[in-house]
Amino acid sequence: MSDTDTAPRVKAIDARSLWEEALGAARLRESSFTSLSGAPRKALYTPADAEVDHDADLGYPGQFPFTRGVHPTMYRGRLWTMRQFAGFGSARQTNERFKFLLEHGQTGLSTAFDFPTLMGYDSDHERSLGEVGQVGVAISSLQDMETLMDGIPMGEVSTSMTINGPAPILLAFYIACGENQGVDPAKLRGTVQNDILKEYEAQHAWLIEAEPALRMITDVMAYCAEHVPQWNTISISGYHIREAGSTAAQELAFTLANGMEYVKRGIAAGLDVDDFAPRLSFFFDAHLDFFEEIAKFRAARRIWAHKMRDVFGARDPRSWMIRFHTQTAGVSLTAQQPENNIVRTAIEALAAVLGGTQSLHTNSMDETLALPTEKAAKIALRTQQILAEEIEVAHVIDPLAGSYFVEAETNRLEAEAEAYFREIDKRGGVVPAIHSGYIQREIHRSAVRYQRAVEQREKKVVGVNAYVEDVDARPEIEILRIDPAVEREQHERLAALRKKRDATRAASELDDVREACRSGANLLDRFVSAAHAYCTLGEIADVLREEFGEFKEPSIF
Amino acid sequence: MPERKIRVLVGKPGLDGHDRGAKTIAAVLRDHGMEVIYTGLHQTPAMIAETAMQEDVDVVGLSILSGAHLTLFPRVREELERRGMGHVLLTGGGIISQEDMETLAGQGFPKLFGPGTRTDEIATWIRTTMEARWKDEEVSR
Repeated sequence: MSDTDTAPRVKAIDARSLWEEALGAARLRESSFTSLSGAPRKALYTPADAEVDHDADLGYPGQFPFTRGVHPTMYRGRLWTMRQFAGFGSARQTNERFKFLLEHGQTGLSTAFDFPTLMGYDSDHERSLGEVGQVGVAISSLQDMETLMDGIPMGEVSTSMTINGPAPILLAFYIACGENQGVDPAKLRGTVQNDILKEYEAQHAWLIEAEPALRMITDVMAYCAEHVPQWNTISISGYHIREAGSTAAQELAFTLANGMEYVKRGIAAGLDVDDFAPRLSFFFDAHLDFFEEIAKFRAARRIWAHKMRDVFGARDPRSWMIRFHTQTAGVSLTAQQPENNIVRTAIEALAAVLGGTQSLHTNSMDETLALPTEKAAKIALRTQQILAEEIEVAHVIDPLAGSYFVEAETNRLEAEAEAYFREIDKRGGVVPAIHSGYIQREIHRSAVRYQRAVEQREKKVVGVNAYVEDVDARPEIEILRIDPAVEREQHERLAALRKKRDATRAASELDDVREACRSGANLLDRFVSAAHAYCTLGEIADVLREEFGEFKEPSIF
Repeated sequence: MPERKIRVLVGKPGLDGHDRGAKTIAAVLRDHGMEVIYTGLHQTPAMIAETAMQEDVDVVGLSILSGAHLTLFPRVREELERRGMGHVLLTGGGIISQEDMETLAGQGFPKLFGPGTRTDEIATWIRTTMEARWKDEEVSR
């Protein structure tokens, strides 16, 4: 050591105050700097901001508390699954889009359903008017599912189905469809979203009251543990909470609170936590604030691991791991200068990868205008392929660990989530917090706050409140339209199905469903049987609505 | 004479549950001094028209992100007319293409707002349109 290195501590203090002085005297761009969620942000993070015990707080990949990732090898072993959400029009059209995506290197299927299907109505119900096939595919019975999966080997692909209220019914169609293809349910792989709590909180496609809806979910857990062991029975979703306007911390907190509620329900239903917890998966948003998002993913893993081990007593390490799908933020896309959305999506996708996601959907640039065209969907998929193949980031696990800033953000988000858990507990748990509108109100307030920040130009959006171009200069973009004939054809298909099927058998299956509602027998088991008799979604859902009552939205505005 | 308050019904027709826009607009219009009623989700055109009549509103603003606007918007207008509410100012917003906006302009929806619209632009349009109408009514009286 040379003489000039003496008293380094004094020097460091001098250096810090010198820097603070320089910063204080300088003219800055803004009077305050905040994250996208409005959290204060310092100009500089130092070791004092990021108190982390490497082994206890981070650990090694594949080891408790999984902050660094759930697999020992992460993307060195296998890249994330590129899973583009698709679905529109008829089952036949979506089947073609599925095959197109598989041919272009996609590795898993992800199904979007139309609103009637999401709400448990058949395509020919009066409330379905104008909505059939618009935002996703219309699936009213096993017959439509057979068309959707036609020529796709169900024992080989993994399929994600984004549906919640009637999720157990759609899962029954899928299981029955597999059986008709000769595939043992034990070989089926995939995910059903089946997360009803966030529907009440944010996305609002529900079917029945919360308590019986939660019972159906534990029925799915129990049935799948026995018969469909490779199936992810819930995808506990923060995506919709975030898209509805929440902050990053609220997304994290409400999602994990919902997850813990499902775990409680499973245990209360008599299941061993380690029998169902490894099949729970999660779904997060990847928004524009790059570091806040990466920290959110890391915090999610650490919080969940602790809760599962320390609160719920899970012993199987697979129960401690949070495995998640990520989708880039639809709300961050702009109708103005839509090509810019490719760049936004790429940055968000990179955050998801650096945050250690297991699978990823990248949005298409045209999604604020309509459903994605084939070209736009392909660019979105290619964006992921560029991240995976060209930029060499997938070689190092959790590469931002140890960054003072990222560790400080991870700690902050964890602390904010814990504060929300306490608020929810104070209100008696998630379900009372939904019935009183607490969670919905928190999300709504954040949405309004952000909108005001954009309008006051505290937050900038290129093309919207900065670098605005004349509307006439907006480039023409091709729009995918749903042919109204889809609705008509669905009516005809349903009419033909009702004529063709064994009506007595269908009626008796529906009676069995009603009986199971009352007796407490496993509902998914009855749904599979009803699916084989070609009972329709609407018919089964009607029984549930009659037996359990529809969910009533609390007025929070 | 006290300033006449504009009464607005914000409606969510159809099955789509995306209410971030509707609720944000409702909050902003209230900030702009209007009286705002929000229907809640999953409304049929008849339910919206019924509320509009009972609340005797001046304006009905519809929010829809499901792509069903070409079917549902004109139905709301028909249901309003059936209840003698054809005078109500109609507007709306959501994922609606330029072409569809033009189609709906010919069906009683003179102005619709797409994604990225400033909320005060919507508030200002409602205010100026309503004030112009009220002025015309006074002149013709």
